[in-house]
Amino acid sequence: MEVMEEKRGVIEFKDDKVFAWPTLVAKEFLAAILVTVGLLFYSYVVDAPLRELSNPGQAENPAKAPWYFLGLQEALVYFDPWFAGVVLPSIIIVGLILIPYLDINPKGNGYYSFKDRKFAVTTFVFGYVFWYVLIYIGTALRGPFWAFFWPWEKWTHDFPTPPPLHNLPLPLGIVLLGGFYTAGLILPALMKRDFFMKLGVIRYAITMGLLLTMIGTVIKMVFRLAFNVRYIIATPWINI
Amino acid sequence: MKLILDLIKKITGNEIWKSVFRHGYTDTPRNRVLQIISNVWLHLHPAKVREHGTKIRFTWCMGGITFFIFLFETITGILLMFYYVPDVNRAYADMVDLMYVVPFGRFLRNSHRWGAHAMVITVSIHMLRVFLTGSYKPPRQFNWVVGVILLVLTLLLSFTGYLLPWDQLGYWAITVGTNMARATPFLGHEGPFSYILGMKPDNDVRFALLGGTVIEAPALLRAYVWHCIAIPIIGGALMMLHFWRVRKDGGISGPL
Repeated sequence: MEVMEEKRGVIEFKDDKVFAWPTLVAKEFLAAILVTVGLLFYSYVVDAPLRELSNPGQAENPAKAPWYFLGLQEALVYFDPWFAGVVLPSIIIVGLILIPYLDINPKGNGYYSFKDRKFAVTTFVFGYVFWYVLIYIGTALRGPFWAFFWPWEKWTHDFPTPPPLHNLPLPLGIVLLGGFYTAGLILPALMKRDFFMKLGVIRYAITMGLLLTMIGTVIKMVFRLAFNVRYIIATPWINI
Repeated sequence: MKLILDLIKKITGNEIWKSVFRHGYTDTPRNRVLQIISNVWLHLHPAKVREHGTKIRFTWCMGGITFFIFLFETITGILLMFYYVPDVNRAYADMVDLMYVVPFGRFLRNSHRWGAHAMVITVSIHMLRVFLTGSYKPPRQFNWVVGVILLVLTLLLSFTGYLLPWDQLGYWAITVGTNMARATPFLGHEGPFSYILGMKPDNDVRFALLGGTVIEAPALLRAYVWHCIAIPIIGGALMMLHFWRVRKDGGISGPL
């Protein structure tokens, strides 16, 4: 207790402050100038795209959303629109919002550190990179009819017919999906008891639920690419 | 020499000058503080900041640049509004005019367009930086929440602007984007369980977004109003909150 008090006192007296004028303001001003010059130079050299007048009768092929949504459009290959276009982005936004309330690790506050928060940094950076990888695929590697083309291939309408897809039998699908979430929730709790205890049941369940959904999204993509699986769970009402 | 000094004294010593500029520029700690706190634009900053917070290798300057690009987009956007009418019969012709007739129109439109893309990139890098420095941790949890909403608003700002040229690129991009709303569970007419609420093409959430069942005049007007008025106001309000909270939560984050 005494040590804590003393430490706090030291922190309060530590003064590494500098005047905002001009140390900070000059840098900001310089940054603003550089950004302006950069933007104006780029605008001078490269024209913004403007295609023909819109024509509802003639669909663009491929019709692509703005690039920052192409990760989601790429996810449409693997999921139905209700998931790829609505539920997945909603989960991402809610998940991002919840981060400060789920990550209760007091270390790594206000400085760069991987060592102090391996789990948090790994998870976030994986998701961040994955988002941009999907955007890259959707932007650069998807041609007419959303067919896949390598960067060195020419986009044509004459691509081989993709192999037929099949659904998993419903009982197997339910067992797989249910088993995935059940095992994913229970096993880490048993194996990393202190992680579970620190977070508490609710925080742990939400954290793992979000993490499993992210991993599950990747696994579903692998299932599709490796085994031509269309749906893990196929019902008349909803397909996953 | 004496003449110049006298002249300076005359200019800076009179009532008019003093009514505008409240302090001198001699390099004293007092003037450095006043330079920030007596300036309405600069007083967003604290008079003194922790030294690491001024380092580009710590902040990457990305939040500030994002805000700056927002201002840049506001100015170029207002100028574009002089030449553009959100009417399906005129919109595309106005774009062509901007590209070929209006003086500096092409330059203006290019910079607005590329600025929008740049803002999406800088705001996402800003989020990465804030995450990697753990700056969402107490006491800054809520400001991270505001930041996530601002990120979404940035995407929506860019997205609503995409339709305005009324060309094939924008039209089909917005078609792809808004078709997703059709599939919203419960609320979109093609989504799972939509029959429970009796959703049809002319009463679901996509209809509300487009103001119709297809992308037509009402959709263009909605995109325009959201893009030029509603989202900038909401975003601006949240930016005030975001910056104010940075100050109130102890300034730039740093090791305790």
